[in-house]
Amino acid sequence: MTTLSIAELGHYALILALAVALVQAVLPMWGATRGDRALMAMAPNAALLQFGCVAFAMAALAHAYITSDFSVAMVIENSNSAKPMLYKITGVWGNHEGSMLLWVFILTGYGAAVALFGGNLPPALRARVLSIHGMIGVGFLLFILITSNPFLRVDQPPPDGQGMNPLLQDPGLAFHPPFLYLGYVGFSMAFSFAVAALIEGKVDAAWARWVRPWTLAAWCALTLGIALGSWWAYYELGWGGWWAWDPVENASFMPWLSGTALLHSAIVVEKRDTLKTWTIFLALLTFALSLLGTFLVRSGVLASVHAFATDPRRGAFILLLLGLVIGGSLLLYAVRAPTLRATGSFAVISREGALVLNNLLLSTACLTVFLGTLLPLFLDAVGGPKVSIGAPYYAATFMPLMMPMLVAVAIGPFLTWRRADLMPALAKLKVAFGVTLAVAVATGFVTQGKSFLAPLGLGVAAWIFAGTVAECMSRIRPFQRGAAIRAARQPRAAWGMTLAHAGLAMVVAGITVSTGWKQEGIQVLKPGQSMVVAGETYLLMSVKSIDGPDYSADQATVSVTGNGSLIAVMTPLQKHYPLQRQTVADVAIHTNLMADRYVVVGEKQPEGGWLMRIYWNPLVPWIWLGAVLMAIGGLVSLSDRRLRIGVPIRRRASSGKGSHVPA
Amino acid sequence: MSLPDALPPARSRWLFALLPLALFAVLVAIFGGAVFSGRDPAAIPSVMIDRSAPDFTLPALLDDKPGLTHSDLAGGKPAIVNFFASWCAPCREEHSTWTGFAASDSVPIYGIAYKDKPEDAKRFLGELGDPYQRIGQDVAGRTAIDFGLYGVPETYLIDGFGRIRYRYAGPVTPDVLQQQILPRLKALQQTR
Repeated sequence: MTTLSIAELGHYALILALAVALVQAVLPMWGATRGDRALMAMAPNAALLQFGCVAFAMAALAHAYITSDFSVAMVIENSNSAKPMLYKITGVWGNHEGSMLLWVFILTGYGAAVALFGGNLPPALRARVLSIHGMIGVGFLLFILITSNPFLRVDQPPPDGQGMNPLLQDPGLAFHPPFLYLGYVGFSMAFSFAVAALIEGKVDAAWARWVRPWTLAAWCALTLGIALGSWWAYYELGWGGWWAWDPVENASFMPWLSGTALLHSAIVVEKRDTLKTWTIFLALLTFALSLLGTFLVRSGVLASVHAFATDPRRGAFILLLLGLVIGGSLLLYAVRAPTLRATGSFAVISREGALVLNNLLLSTACLTVFLGTLLPLFLDAVGGPKVSIGAPYYAATFMPLMMPMLVAVAIGPFLTWRRADLMPALAKLKVAFGVTLAVAVATGFVTQGKSFLAPLGLGVAAWIFAGTVAECMSRIRPFQRGAAIRAARQPRAAWGMTLAHAGLAMVVAGITVSTGWKQEGIQVLKPGQSMVVAGETYLLMSVKSIDGPDYSADQATVSVTGNGSLIAVMTPLQKHYPLQRQTVADVAIHTNLMADRYVVVGEKQPEGGWLMRIYWNPLVPWIWLGAVLMAIGGLVSLSDRRLRIGVPIRRRASSGKGSHVPA
Repeated sequence: MSLPDALPPARSRWLFALLPLALFAVLVAIFGGAVFSGRDPAAIPSVMIDRSAPDFTLPALLDDKPGLTHSDLAGGKPAIVNFFASWCAPCREEHSTWTGFAASDSVPIYGIAYKDKPEDAKRFLGELGDPYQRIGQDVAGRTAIDFGLYGVPETYLIDGFGRIRYRYAGPVTPDVLQQQILPRLKALQQTR
């Protein structure tokens, strides 16, 4: 061949990106140390160029998928010309190599964002942040080019590809990795800022204000990513559940927990100039856990349904990378953190105290998940038995830790900074307490005292919600003059908090009710037969064979009737993918946002009929709606103008320390 | 009490700051052990290890080669039992390892055709060669269940007393043969 294919150009672009990343990692850092402005000024340009190269590589890979270029090994392994266009595109990251490229694409995207929007940062800090970011880029670009090159080509292109894992052919999963990675990788920004601050030996309110938007953005994306992943598991895997404490789920949940803690402790640094070393540590920890998430999935260290890339060589490389990134930053932390001095002091009962409590509980909860995820591995490493740790462990450890935190969510915002009195704050929560008690008693009445978890869970949900509403009302005082003006003057960050905490209440309610009141039935049905679940009749009307683009399927038609009237007609599928020799159940879900009716058609039975599994899942949609509300709260807070315009800059400039001239 | 006053004195602050690094070092050691041990994380230990092979009697696949029963396994010498199927791609992949082994080593390999049509299994052996001394047909997969089969291909090492001593799930590549199978086979031959 004499002409270069686009896939080859993509490969070159990746190598070029590595070269640029090397420059970005070394020169600006050197410039910042020597005070050389020209070298420091290279950082943003290098970040933009690196992003451009990786974006080109990403586009080249997408091109290979869309045009079904079967000279690329990865396209052969994961695509097929009959595959729907949406999945040809999402197939780009539906596999190990492509998802790592997506990881780096997002990483360089964040770097480019700092280059574009970081104009209000002091040049030395920006140079250091981008330099650290460049180092992470070097590591992962090397990882891709050495162990997971997505552009490997084959000599003799076959006429067609092997197709994609049918489980992954799904809109929920198609957009799950991008959001998850936006979250994981977004915490790299907080990490780079933390390392830069350790190098400079300076952590102040301005620093906290610069870090917060990046942390918030990453947190929102991770929240949505986890919600999408759990939603996918819910309707695609067809077992009626939405969270299994699977190692890969835990891997995404741990950075979420520590990221949530980081989000809250950064507020304390910003407002009160204290908790500095702790906040820095959380920033390092959150990114470390994000890397661990990548590591757990990619290395096959833990056996899991998700581990679609099991390769010890990759594991060894990631381990080395992790060791350098995390070990190096923790070493820096060990040297520098004791020199950071806090100026603000505060009493135990205060807003700071409440946020410290939030942090302690979140990080302890994170630790329990960490132990639950890694204990099997640890036991295995010391020659112990193969164990698996599941829901009972988390019910005994994680849940009890969450309860006091959830209770505190309603109280904390009522406390003042520095020093507060608990009693006046609790007095403002009288109504909320009444609502909570009423909900808990009513729930106890409905369950006839059989379970204490249901009244507890719903009571806590009501407590958070009522407390959040009460706090919002105490700021706006809607029944007094000037309420509209007060509402308009509320900072967006305060609205964000209200929305996010209300979302948390929805999640807690959804989890409690769907766990406590779920009903299910499993039965072999022949057409014309019916079964009753949750007082509603599910009649299997017919089963017919249909053909899709790359599968054939049995499609069942099920009518649902309750109280004599038709509620829904549902059509679950049992799909057979001949190419992959895989059978996938396509669940039918009918939702009214209060409850899901969930129908799965299983294998055809030898004696005739189909195995039908039917679930009634009350309030399950609230789990995801609540998560979305939390993310919306984060976005609203992100739009707070205080985060965008440089209040701290002006303060620095007037005190004579700042040397930055806005462009 | 105000919290910063309650902070520990300078020396323990340094120790506190070192703590994360120390914990991380321990974790790296554990992870490293797991990654570099070369062990398959998905490997599921067989409960049949060190127990007698289950009772079974399988009919012959080929006219000129006997079938397989459990009494054939307790012949006083170690043997290899290999589950295969014509419909299984990894079995095709590993087959040349066995034909090569049979040509160079005297340890008998017994084949069990797992859930396979006889004519397909015969075609499979005709195409790729027949390394087996005895071949039993397990059309219904009953014997496989008794062995605790996890999937095909799967390979069991049997000692001279008919006890299962080792199980390998997945295709036996030349590397696996050299590193996993042969050393164990040698050990079995010596302990006898």
